[in-house]
Amino acid sequence: MAAQHIAEVEAGVGDTSRLAAKGVTVGYGGRIVIDELDVAIPPGVITTVIGPNGCGKSTLLRTLSRLLKPTSGTVVLDGDDIVKLRTRDVAKKLGLLPQAPVAPEGLTVSDLVARGRHPHQSWLRQWSSDDVAVVERALAMTGVSDLADRPVDSLSGGQRQRVWISMTLAQGTDLLLLDEPTTYLDLAHAIDVLDLVDDLHESGCTVVMVLHDLNLATRYSDNLVVMREGAILAQGHPRDVITAELLHEAFGLRAKVIDDPVGDRPLIVPIGRAHVQLD
Amino acid sequence: MNGPDVKKPDVKPDVNPSVAPGVRLGQVSFVWRPLIVFVTLLLAAATFLVFCVSIGVGDFPIGLNRVIATILGRGERVDEFVVMDLRMPRALAGLVVGIALGVSGAITQSIARNPLASPDILGVTGGASAVSVFLVTVSGGTATAIVSSVGLSAAALLGGLGTGLLVYFLAWRRGVDGFRLILIGISVSAVMEAITTWLLVTADIRDVAKAQAWLVGSLDNRSWGEVRIALWCTLVLLVVVASVAFQFKPMHFGDEIAAGLGVRYSMVRAVLLLCAVLLAAAAVSAAGPVPFVALVAPQVAMRLARCPTPPMVASGLVGALLLIGADLVARTALPISLPVGVVTAAIGGPFLVYLLVRANLR
Repeated sequence: MAAQHIAEVEAGVGDTSRLAAKGVTVGYGGRIVIDELDVAIPPGVITTVIGPNGCGKSTLLRTLSRLLKPTSGTVVLDGDDIVKLRTRDVAKKLGLLPQAPVAPEGLTVSDLVARGRHPHQSWLRQWSSDDVAVVERALAMTGVSDLADRPVDSLSGGQRQRVWISMTLAQGTDLLLLDEPTTYLDLAHAIDVLDLVDDLHESGCTVVMVLHDLNLATRYSDNLVVMREGAILAQGHPRDVITAELLHEAFGLRAKVIDDPVGDRPLIVPIGRAHVQLD
Repeated sequence: MNGPDVKKPDVKPDVNPSVAPGVRLGQVSFVWRPLIVFVTLLLAAATFLVFCVSIGVGDFPIGLNRVIATILGRGERVDEFVVMDLRMPRALAGLVVGIALGVSGAITQSIARNPLASPDILGVTGGASAVSVFLVTVSGGTATAIVSSVGLSAAALLGGLGTGLLVYFLAWRRGVDGFRLILIGISVSAVMEAITTWLLVTADIRDVAKAQAWLVGSLDNRSWGEVRIALWCTLVLLVVVASVAFQFKPMHFGDEIAAGLGVRYSMVRAVLLLCAVLLAAAAVSAAGPVPFVALVAPQVAMRLARCPTPPMVASGLVGALLLIGADLVARTALPISLPVGVVTAAIGGPFLVYLLVRANLR
């Protein structure tokens, strides 16, 4: 799996991938954040983008989702240049959850999740029985069915994030882009949300997400994209990518990479200054 | 759901989640929300009732049934003259101005995602006031010529519109951001207010009295001509608002979510904001800067219909109810006849405070 992966990436794959960036340069008002970047998102797996603060992770995700328009290069979605597609057609293929979204005070969970059907509705056809079924399924899949009547602002951070993911699911796409879905969550809730992401992947979704926690990224993804200063430093299966050298190169972090005692992935043990006993 | 001990949510929920049911009429389908429909119908009925009562009250009182008969075209000749020719313009002005201000307020508050936002903040009121006071107080060749040729209302409309657009373009920086819009709107409004005050201080005292009367907002002495402009402007704008309102729904969650759900949010926002400015300008041109209606109507409508966001139709109806009701109170219940603007603030303010306090006590 891992080797095949790398081979595909090396070959500059575009055939199997549904979403890819080709020679993309993006910036905000003259400042270039991503420079001539190529990346192909392998289908059916969880791809996680990691890298130090300000390296362009979120910018890449926003570009892949068409929130940002590249100054040069193209993003290709199912064979089409994403900029040339209609916004609504993109929304039917690709679900996006931005960082820390906010719902109006008092809005109920079911109303929020129901809004995910928007790309499939029109002025005259604002609600159908299909919509009811899809929304109920989205609520059930994310385990928030019994919260349906509660206002979103009354929920805990972890529940709230589940609700937003549920809205993205109600959109009915099998391509999900999640920008730091575990921000502001404690470790237990972060695991809870990532288990949900893994369920979605098991059910056939292609997921691209940005994560800050390297060990969670290593544990939950099949494909890591490591970025530094607007470029891709390494890409591939966590087992092949995560090494002490790479972590130092990407983050300037001194760390030891050991075998995960509870999993088949590497585990990163950062070396700080306090209470360290190195042999 | 509160911890890692909760396993995969593969259990089927026992309770059927309460997803709002849909209603289908041929090709048309929409979400069925009984409370909003009920509140909106109730508001419409109340508005119509107060509208008719307001027409019936005066030196020559006409009973409610006779007013309604006359509006439906089955009245007596005398009633017809009093109702349609004398009193209808004033009542209709109240209705149109109230709806325009209510809807304009609902749009502004939704776009800014801030309950304190109102078209006053978009600079419309300030600009219209400055232009009108300028025309009233500066007696000179050009000013008098403008007043006589286009009329004070039209000049106020243009002043409000111009200032609103100025605020919009100053706030533009790769799209319009709510906070930036409010800050620039407040600054521009402050400048306009300063100009107005300066004009009032330096002007002839008789002109000042005239200008002051306009500045409070009033429905006195409306003619069919003035009302007709505001009526048609408002009708056309409401059609535009209704046509883009559906695309606006996801924008309550922010631009990125809206974009993710397939909405071209800059375009939708530009159209709606322009409509809000035009509606407010139309209202100001017909009744002067009536304070508080645009701010309070959406908030009252939200609380009556238990909506998390300002409901457009209900906001317009609350605005109309508030304005016609305030005019009725101003004309009848008080010992001296006051301009409607004084009463809207006096009624609207405490009612909003009451709704907020009631929510706190719950």
